[in-house]
Amino acid sequence: MQVLKLIYKNAFRHRLRTFLTITGVSIAILAFGLLRTVVDGWYAGVKASAANRLVSRNAISLIFPLPFSYKDKIRQIDGVTIVSYGNWFGGIYIDEKNFFPNFAVEPKSYLALYPEYVFPPDQLAALLHDRKGFAAGRKLAEKYNWKPGDTVILKGTIFPGEWEFVLRGIYKGRTKSVDETQFFFHWDYLNETLKKTIPRRADQVGFYMIGVKTPNIASEVSGAIDRSFKNSLAETLTETEKAFQMGFISMSEAIVVAIQLVSFVVIIIIMAVMANTMAMSSRERIGEYAVFKTLGFGGIYIAVLIFGESLFISATGCIIGTILTFPAAKAFGNEMSQFFPIFNVSVNTIYLDVAASVLIGVTAAIIPTYRAVTIRIADGLRRIG
Amino acid sequence: MTIPLSYSIRNLRTRRLTTILTASGIALVVFVFASILMLAEGLQKALIETGSYDNVVIIRKGSASEVQSGIERSQASIIETQPEIFIGEKGGGLLAKELVVLIMLPKRETGKQSNVTIRGVSENSLLLRPQVRLTEGRLPRAGSSEIIAGQSIAKRFRGGGLGETLRFGMRDWTVVGVFDAGNTGFNSEIWGDADQMMHAFRRPVYSSIIFKLRASSEFDKLKSRVEGDPRLTLEAKRENRYYADQSEMMAKFLRILGMSLTIIFSLGAIIGAMITMYSAVANRTGEIGTLRALGFNRRDILISFILESLLLTFAGGCAGLFFSSFLQLLTISTMNFQTFSELAFEFTLSFEIVYKALVFSLVMGLVGGVLPAARAARMNIVTALQSG
Repeated sequence: MQVLKLIYKNAFRHRLRTFLTITGVSIAILAFGLLRTVVDGWYAGVKASAANRLVSRNAISLIFPLPFSYKDKIRQIDGVTIVSYGNWFGGIYIDEKNFFPNFAVEPKSYLALYPEYVFPPDQLAALLHDRKGFAAGRKLAEKYNWKPGDTVILKGTIFPGEWEFVLRGIYKGRTKSVDETQFFFHWDYLNETLKKTIPRRADQVGFYMIGVKTPNIASEVSGAIDRSFKNSLAETLTETEKAFQMGFISMSEAIVVAIQLVSFVVIIIIMAVMANTMAMSSRERIGEYAVFKTLGFGGIYIAVLIFGESLFISATGCIIGTILTFPAAKAFGNEMSQFFPIFNVSVNTIYLDVAASVLIGVTAAIIPTYRAVTIRIADGLRRIG
Repeated sequence: MTIPLSYSIRNLRTRRLTTILTASGIALVVFVFASILMLAEGLQKALIETGSYDNVVIIRKGSASEVQSGIERSQASIIETQPEIFIGEKGGGLLAKELVVLIMLPKRETGKQSNVTIRGVSENSLLLRPQVRLTEGRLPRAGSSEIIAGQSIAKRFRGGGLGETLRFGMRDWTVVGVFDAGNTGFNSEIWGDADQMMHAFRRPVYSSIIFKLRASSEFDKLKSRVEGDPRLTLEAKRENRYYADQSEMMAKFLRILGMSLTIIFSLGAIIGAMITMYSAVANRTGEIGTLRALGFNRRDILISFILESLLLTFAGGCAGLFFSSFLQLLTISTMNFQTFSELAFEFTLSFEIVYKALVFSLVMGLVGGVLPAARAARMNIVTALQSG
């Protein structure tokens, strides 16, 4: 008990210094937590993907379409339960700054594949009935203040023209990891319009979303799909939804790696600050440590004192920093919602926060402890300031 | 009379561990600060300097990039007859009708697929981009399945090197040349004959038309005529503007990330400097009293301690900058969020970044040092001497 009291008293002997150090540690933990959350946000799409969904697209690249006629051929392949299809629409709402993902899909089969999008029953019926209708995620609808029945116009970038839609349904995610910023509408609306305006581009789909019976046959089914279109004008590349999402992330991997690196750098910076504080405190108290030794306290007792103080300061900083992470993540997530539709602080991040603060506390105490323990009593008593 | 600078320097030297720890904290902050600026500078170079001011890019109205755009042959021939086009040495207009698509290629090292821009070009394309120079091999023959690859493609993608073949559009394409386009985005592209590519990809439309202006000032006239023409649903942009728009989202991302990191990191480092300086003042109370007794006034003390703090962070800043300069050896390759295509750029150190980083380190020293220095300057001579 006495040790704890001593640690506590020691920690607040230089109130200003301790206060500054705690602030430093909290800022570092806050930054670390935010950066880890950014990395998590990057992988959110991968996390949200289901193992029994496959994505089939043109093997050359995403910008090339597949013929609509593939739908029935894919449907015939063993193990396939649902085939849905769609196009990345890439429309712009008023200004390019208002980015959100928008797709043309066949809603009935698409929603059967994505049971995590939850609609109120009446809105779902209205959505399926209205060819000009569209569905929006809760966050998206809130952001632009759209109510069911509102008309929204998107400027097409890939499909020229101004496209008018009517909001019929607002979906909620079944879990927190479901992207609630999506916008999707009837593929038929797109296709029928294209038949009139650019017939060359009609009856083509950007991707097929395929449901399989069980996840463990996914690779056989995707192989079978790709084999049946081999050596055709539009070869397919079929992979699990997870692999498809990972493909995007691996393309921007360099940035993820950079953010991860930076998140460690911030810990190292604060380690230097913390080690500095501990080095100064223990240097000032070297005489006291010598007195302790004279009284018969061993090296371990002094080590406990220094480590305890260091950990006390870093733990306090960690608690403040972690608490601050939540409002900060919320503000950051709102600001960057077009980059990160899902931005939640995960439990893992908090564990990492704690681990980082322990690491900071321990590392900072090593050199001062070594100095305090090894110094000869006479030298310690002689030393001033 | 001022306190000599050597007093500050010696003080830093005496308390080596603390000085090194604080300076290395500052060094890391400056390192991160400089590296983000260098990254932004590299991106700027790669995308903004890709285009030239006198070139015009024509794309379909509303499409954000060449990949999304489509220009019918009939529309292309209307553009070809515009009077503002520069007439080249051979007599025709200096204009190129190009096809731009993305294909997935595996990387050499990891085998991971990434989107690469393929540009179907015509004879004039090279003349329009003087920054593109052939470094190895030769130019592709018109009407053949031959391609040339940008240096960063040749280096990092399977089948992209000289003499290798790539398979796309149900054909094998031989790489007969490698070109260097400096730091620009063209380095991450593959070029081949436009008509062959249109056939292979079964795209009967061009993606963009690029031409040089006869006189730079005629752009507005041309733009309003092209965009007002009911037969054309096209828009005209200056080439450098076009590439700047392409990088907007990426640049915004880097800017926000860079700003937040810099603010947070510098707070940490300022606190570090402040702790060090406060303890420097506290430890030297007696000395400060002596200096005052010797006749140095409050201002001298204030300046001396601020100088010490500035020296400390400046040393850290120099070290950080020194290490960050090695980043120039690295090439970052990533996906541009807006075009979904591969883009390689280098960390680029400019004089402005050196200057900004050093000023930044000095500002941290000033902010961190001013409060402790003020405390030192306010000390009463008698009590200071007593405590020493």
